[in-house]
Amino acid sequence: MATLEIHDLHVSVETKEGPKQILRGVDLTVASGETHAIMGPNGSGKSTLAYSLAGHPKYTVTSGTVTLDGADVLTMTVDQRARAGLFLAMQYPVEVPGVSVTNFLRTAKTAIDGTAPKLRTWTKDVTAAMELLRMDPEFATRSVNEGFSGGEKKRHEILQLELLKPKFAILDETDSGLDVDALRVVSEGVNRVRESGEVGVLLITHYTRILRYIKPDFVHVFVDGRIAEQGGPELADRLEDEGYDRFLTDRATA
Amino acid sequence: MASTTTDFDEAIGAPRGLSTDHSRAVADGAHQHGRGGTPQSSRADRLSSFDLAQFPVPNGREEEWRFAPVDRLAPLFDAELSGPKVITTVIEAPEVTVEVVDRDDVRLGRAGKPGDRTAATAWASFQRATVVTIPPQVVASTATTIRVEGIDASKPTASHVLVHARELSEALVVIDHIGPATLAETVEVVVEDGAHLTIVSVQDWAPGSVHASSHRLRLGRDATLKHIVVTLGGDVVRITPDAEFAGENGSVEMIGLYFADAGQHQEHRLFVDHAVASCRSRVTYKGALQGDGAHTVWVGDVLIRAAAEGTDTYELNRNLVLSEGARADSVPNLEIETGLIAGAGHASATGRFDDEQLFYLRSRGIPEPDARRLVVRGFFAELIHAIGVPEVEERLTAAIDAELEKSMSVLDATPTLAGLEDGP
Repeated sequence: MATLEIHDLHVSVETKEGPKQILRGVDLTVASGETHAIMGPNGSGKSTLAYSLAGHPKYTVTSGTVTLDGADVLTMTVDQRARAGLFLAMQYPVEVPGVSVTNFLRTAKTAIDGTAPKLRTWTKDVTAAMELLRMDPEFATRSVNEGFSGGEKKRHEILQLELLKPKFAILDETDSGLDVDALRVVSEGVNRVRESGEVGVLLITHYTRILRYIKPDFVHVFVDGRIAEQGGPELADRLEDEGYDRFLTDRATA
Repeated sequence: MASTTTDFDEAIGAPRGLSTDHSRAVADGAHQHGRGGTPQSSRADRLSSFDLAQFPVPNGREEEWRFAPVDRLAPLFDAELSGPKVITTVIEAPEVTVEVVDRDDVRLGRAGKPGDRTAATAWASFQRATVVTIPPQVVASTATTIRVEGIDASKPTASHVLVHARELSEALVVIDHIGPATLAETVEVVVEDGAHLTIVSVQDWAPGSVHASSHRLRLGRDATLKHIVVTLGGDVVRITPDAEFAGENGSVEMIGLYFADAGQHQEHRLFVDHAVASCRSRVTYKGALQGDGAHTVWVGDVLIRAAAEGTDTYELNRNLVLSEGARADSVPNLEIETGLIAGAGHASATGRFDDEQLFYLRSRGIPEPDARRLVVRGFFAELIHAIGVPEVEERLTAAIDAELEKSMSVLDATPTLAGLEDGP
């Protein structure tokens, strides 16, 4: 049982016009086995939250705390955070030319576990996970994300999620750009990870569509850099019917 | 069994003094002269000659020397390079013959003429040459390695190697440059009609070494040549491969890989002369630079002459700058004198380390030094895999890994996967 606690998080990003405040006091607690959907209109700061948790250098935490089982996440380097149990499935996974998927996965697994995986079981695990995600075996020999279609990149992210077994997974718009078949395959992957009951999931999405496949326990609505409303799965249904207009109007009149 | 031949034998050492013998140059009446005094606009007009006197000592303002540290190369500009000679040792395939010959051997000097001062001093000063011959129609069963070993970098010297692939032969020849040396070298490569040759030249000199090497490549009809240059060690290394097609349907693939550390100057200046029809050339050079004063230069000149219809050429240079204070110069030049070609193009890109790649790898738990290694290995991997000769690929992968160990372990003291400590 692990807990990720985000308290009063303020984050700014460097722009040409100087630092711009994006997150304005985020409070959120996620425990193992829970799935939290983070929803909200474009520009509300959802992705900033994801990248700030992972430690992307572009974002500066100006105040607030993030702890994982009491340990200060914000003082950790990017790779320390991953080894501590955080995983970010990116909206735009990065191409790494010349580095094969096989080599990448084994290196990451070795880093996360602190020891190299046993070759025979590891190869079997990778092959099985790829099959479940309907990934062609020749994928393993390709360079990381290079020439992958949008759907292939997302499957590759979920493949890593399944193999690296983090304590907390942040899925940043994993559903964007996927057709229904790919969305189902990717969602099945996330659900397999959830079934263990050992992982906490932060599911960041603009649309409610993915919530038909991945049922959240909690829904948080992000507006203007903070959580404007939260509730159970029923809040997602309401958003599906009403959209974000209600929140945007509030903001305009505030 | 492969056998070994070495020229390191005082008994067969040529008498000193031959280095000023210009008899061959005098016998050659076909000197070409550049346009005196005016800048040369076309590579076709560039001077090439066996006569050292035609090449004044460079001052660094000349087009072909403008990127070079002429002060550090100065010892190789001397008319007489009479320091202790390098030791050339050949481990040859059983089908291959090796000879050590005098400078007046008629087979020497047939793959083109010197094109700059150091090529001319190399030609003027060498006494004996190593000649590796792959006989006609012979397919060499193993690689042939030529080890050129320096023993003293304090005095300049010259050396000469000829690799002669006779008609319809096939072979792999690797030239290794090691030890301390200040060397002006000529590597002549003659690929006769229908022969297929892969030649690899590795420059992994000891610190303090200065090396200028003129590679002169001549391809016959239907000949194919893979010419691979790998530059890792040495203070100043300047390689000038000139490729010339002597018959139709020749194909040259020129691959280069270099890794410059602090203070190193690595320069590769290529010239592909498409003088006959229907030949193909591919140039792909990739380099990484790291450390203060690391400097690489790549110049790729391709000339498609009026007669060279049906030419197909493409050249590419990519540089990966890993730290501040390093500098990569990259200059592709394409001159086309006929419109009737199959294809011609070039590309050049120099980039800094991609922070997003690093972030992606690190967000998967991979410590920064390991992430950097992965990215650099990946950068070279595509090139290495393009070589298509497993034993060469393995060697180059190992060489890059060793280079990475040497130069990247100093980057920071963050624990690597080799001695992993977990985060808090």
